[in-house]
Amino acid sequence: MSTSRIQAENYWKANLRLLLKLLTVWFVVSFGAGILFVDALNQFSFFGFKLGFWFAQQGAIYTFVVLIFVYVYKMNTLDRQFGVDEE
Amino acid sequence: MDVQQLTFIIVGLSFALYIGIALWARAGSTNEFYVAGGGVPPVLNGMATAADWMSAASFISMAGLISFMGYDGAVYLMGWTGGYVLLALCLAPYLRKFGKFTVPDFIGDRYYSQTARTVAVICAIFICFTYVAGQMRGVGVVFSRFLEVDIVAGVLIGMAIVFFYTVLGGMKGITYTQVAQYCVMIFAYLVPAVFISLMLTGHVLPQTGFGATLADDPNLFLLHKLDQVSLELGFAEYTSGTKSTIDVFFITFALMVGTAGLPHVIVRFFTVPKVRDARKSAGWALLFIAVLYTTAPSLAAFARTNMIDTINGQDMQGTRYQAAPEWIKNWEKTGLIEWDDKNQDGKMFYAGDERNEMLIDRDIMVLANPEIANLPAWVIALVAAGGVAAALSTSAGLLLVISTSVSHDLLKRNLMPAISEKAELGYARLAAAIAIIIAGWFGIHPPAFVAQVVAFAFGLAASSFFPAIIMGIFSKRMNSVGAVSGMVTGMVFTAVYIVFFKFISPELNSAEHWLFGISPEGIGTLGMLLNFTVAFSVARFSSDAPEEVQRMVESIRYPKTQISN
Repeated sequence: MSTSRIQAENYWKANLRLLLKLLTVWFVVSFGAGILFVDALNQFSFFGFKLGFWFAQQGAIYTFVVLIFVYVYKMNTLDRQFGVDEE
Repeated sequence: MDVQQLTFIIVGLSFALYIGIALWARAGSTNEFYVAGGGVPPVLNGMATAADWMSAASFISMAGLISFMGYDGAVYLMGWTGGYVLLALCLAPYLRKFGKFTVPDFIGDRYYSQTARTVAVICAIFICFTYVAGQMRGVGVVFSRFLEVDIVAGVLIGMAIVFFYTVLGGMKGITYTQVAQYCVMIFAYLVPAVFISLMLTGHVLPQTGFGATLADDPNLFLLHKLDQVSLELGFAEYTSGTKSTIDVFFITFALMVGTAGLPHVIVRFFTVPKVRDARKSAGWALLFIAVLYTTAPSLAAFARTNMIDTINGQDMQGTRYQAAPEWIKNWEKTGLIEWDDKNQDGKMFYAGDERNEMLIDRDIMVLANPEIANLPAWVIALVAAGGVAAALSTSAGLLLVISTSVSHDLLKRNLMPAISEKAELGYARLAAAIAIIIAGWFGIHPPAFVAQVVAFAFGLAASSFFPAIIMGIFSKRMNSVGAVSGMVTGMVFTAVYIVFFKFISPELNSAEHWLFGISPEGIGTLGMLLNFTVAFSVARFSSDAPEEVQRMVESIRYPKTQISN
């Protein structure tokens, strides 16, 4: 395999590791906090909301937005590391 | 000036703006027609995607729906936003690198099969028509309620406007009009929400007012009061909901992966210049969507509190009909509110049990909000313009996918590959025109099943497109037989389940008859799992994708143009 194919392979692996981390957060805030553990979290109060309810109707959405921007930032860094940034 | 004149002026001005933009952004080539020449800046593309995504249903119906569902409304809130995370991380950048025009393009090339392409085209066209029928209806409804013109005339005006900028400008035209439509829509949504939040809780931001104490009783939290009142009136607690956990889980999942698999959303990421722009513009899109989607649940809670207070009175004994505010009588005329004085006491009463005397349509929560909160006439006019903007922007995006599917995927790539670019562009315009006429016809003669088929659109996208695209990117070896058998299995399973419960035996459509307690709205998730399972099993026992296809997959995973050997 040529060096550039190995590079591409490593880039892809780094990308997958990042995806796995971010998608875990994605799952935990929505399906975890907002659905599966909503009753347990509803015991806690959060700025006048029950915590589980807040995750389901507000918190998960804010986290989603942050997740994408974290991904954008991390991928731009990765692109520069591998010298494949497009600017 | 009265409300109606103001509405004519504001809606008219917004139309003039859209037409002006369309004239400025005419499309000269198929590339411009299909993907706006691939030159849309990411922030603007994000805004256009948001407008494309948020339909008449998001704008008019969603807050009302949530206010009747309480906690369960979270399936829409999370389902219709969480899909963007999947889009941004798992689909958009690689499809942008792939660099063609449509989803069937990708499926056809990646699975080196005309059958796969044809299945994808049929799915895409079906999903878009399902969706667009509801939008045209939305335009008609807004026109007839606010401008008191006939529904048919309303649909025809809407058709003419969409026709003008879709046929003329293609993707380029609709992208820039959608940017304007997003601004109109979000302003129209936020103004009443901020006013109502201020009145009820003293908070400027509806998102924090949602959790705050009431302005007229600083010791009582809004949501706490709503929970108490709901229980007293025989409803479920507002913050608890009534759906089973497994059903909420499956519906949310189906809506998320369905969103990520909808062709009119995916195609937006073909319009930006670079791979990094595709990632960034998904972030902007979700940010712009989140502005409305975090306001909606707040509005839902405010509107429900206001409505119960108005109808049942502060003392919860009911309000005398004679003393009812003007808006109740106004909306009674449209049939969206009905009052039946069962106990003959001359008072209205709203409850979840036998005491109930009211019939309240959920759409009223957004449409009547400005009146409920006594806001000035220009706000009412603004809400009308916002509703029209939401419906027009989504229709245009869908119609474009239909026209592209016909001229590009069906004609150019399948039936008549020899046609020139000019002829293809002509066919694209013709297909858009025909699609608008069909959509308009659906708007004027709405099939009774429009609401039911929305579950279909998401279920099909979730069980067919999403897995096929994901496997196409993340599994190099996935082959044509595997992917096609997966798509067909997922699609047939989902379609049969939905058709059975929604059309053949609607009387059986309740939790005890459902498979594992999953409603037809959530079954796409199971269809998706089936699709993956079948595809991988079949692929194991057949030969890997050919070498050149595997090379193509390697190259879409890597932003650099070429991987040398």
